[in-house]
Order: sequence, then structure tokens, then C-alpha cells
Amino acid sequence: MSAAKLLHPGLNIGSADPEAHRQAGPVMFGFWVFLMSDLVLFALLLATYSAMTRHGTAGGPTPADITDLKSAAIETALLLTSSFTFGMASLALKYREDTGRLFAWLAVTALLGLGFLGLEAMDFAKLAGEGAVPQRSGFLSAHFTLLGMHFLHVAAGLAWMAVVAVQLAMWGLCRAVRLRIMRLALFWHMLDIVWIALFSFVFLAGAGS
Amino acid sequence: MSTNNPRDMQRELRSYVIGFVSAILLTAAAFGTIGLRLVPSGWVLLVLGGLALAQMVVHFRYFLHIDLKKSHRDDLQLILFTGVILLLMVGGTIWISISQHARM
Repeated sequence: MSAAKLLHPGLNIGSADPEAHRQAGPVMFGFWVFLMSDLVLFALLLATYSAMTRHGTAGGPTPADITDLKSAAIETALLLTSSFTFGMASLALKYREDTGRLFAWLAVTALLGLGFLGLEAMDFAKLAGEGAVPQRSGFLSAHFTLLGMHFLHVAAGLAWMAVVAVQLAMWGLCRAVRLRIMRLALFWHMLDIVWIALFSFVFLAGAGS
Repeated sequence: MSTNNPRDMQRELRSYVIGFVSAILLTAAAFGTIGLRLVPSGWVLLVLGGLALAQMVVHFRYFLHIDLKKSHRDDLQLILFTGVILLLMVGGTIWISISQHARM
């Protein structure tokens, strides 16, 4: 059963579609290399942020002043659940031939993602309303850059989801669309991993310091 | 094309559920630690770091299906190498800024 062998990280479609599975190896590995370089970007922004929290506040608000733990908890719940629902979409992709189920899970994921973006946009607006704008201090610049970068990634993931949904409607579950959804799954799960670092070291560390 | 194997599906479904439940527990532990002020402030970063690392491992294992199997070795090495790079860059940045802070 060479077709069932695991060829790449992420959900392997294996015997469900052996030909797509064979093609997936190099494509998925290439995407992993991109994801890892993306992770480096986030890590450096986080390092900059952590340096700025200590001596970059310029007399302005400190991390403890601007941390809203309740909002962070709801955002975390939304993003974590959306990671799980994307997992369900991946299972539908692998084991079910009906695209309806796949559409439904992708739609749930997209709604959770939209909810996350909406809440975070409200957080940003609230901060800006209190005068805590990026140009106030180095700390706030780092704060908005780091969270804004993650925000943009999630927004890009949602746009990508819309594109594959259209392709799914037009062409059905063809090989190229399958491989795109599999890469989108990796991207989406990775954004949740980045969020773990953000809620731990930005929100929780900010409130606990 | 559709050689659907219900056992495989059950196994993979269970993997996602285990991952989701453990991730919820670890997240709740992190928020609880801070919300209820369970640890002294000197320990906050250490505890948060530990919980975050554990949760990242859970996500990689159960959502991204990275494990110690031979066929995943390349990818695991890629991730671990990225980990080393991150450690060097983030650790180095923090080290330098602490040192600079001490001199000012």
C-alpha cells in the first residue's frame, strides 16, 4: 500500500485519491518551507515587541494598561474552534465525495475567522479611540505591527478561502482544488499556532506583568 | 477513487478531537493562571512559556499531523531547524536588549 504512505505533513489523502497524493509530496513540502519562513517573520516581530514593552513605552500606556483579557479570550476561542472546524473540512475533503459537507465546514470556519477579525478590529478601534495609536510610542508601534500582521494573515486566509470556494463550485473536487485546500489547511492551522504565542506573550504576559 | 476506509476516518477524527480538547485545556490553564493570579509575577513568563510550548506541540501533532514517523523526518527536521533559528534570533535580541538596558 505505497499510496497510503504518509508523504508530507498535514492530512495525507493517501488511498482516497492516490494520484493527487503522489503529486502532493513536493507541493506540500514547498509550502511548508514558506510557512516556516513566515514563522521567522512573526518571531522577529515578537522579539521586537518584547524589547519594546520594557523600555519603549515613552511615558505612554504600558502593556497592562491596554490589555483586554476578555476580548482576547473570545478571540482565542473563535480562532481555536475555527482550526478544529477546518480539520473537519479536511476530513470531508479526504473521505467524502460530496462537496456540500466540505462547503459547510469551510463556511463555518470562514464565519469564525470573520468573527475573529471583527473583534480584533474593534480592539484596534478602541485603542485608537483612547489615543493609544501606533505613533504614540515604540511599544504601541510594535503592538500594532505584530497584531496587525497576524490580522492581515487571517484576512488573506479568508480571501483564499473565498477563492477556493468559487473554484470548488466551478470545477468540483478536482486535483488542483484539492491540493489548494490542503495547503490552505496548513496555513490556517499555522496562524492558530502563531496566535498561541500572541495570546500568551502579548495579552496574558501583558495582564500578568 | 473512493476507497473510503471508515476506520481511518474514525482514527483521524479522534486525532482532531484529542487535539481540540487538549488545546482548550491548555488555553484555559494559561488564561486561568493569569486571570486568577495563581503564580507570583516572577514566574508568569516561565509558566506561560511552558504552556504555550506544550500547546504548540499539541497543534503540530494533532492538527498538522507531525510525528516521529520516518516519513515525516524531513519535515520534522525543517521545523526543528526553524526552531533553532528562532531561538537564536529571539534569544539574541532579548539578550542584547537586556544587556543594553543594564548599561543605560
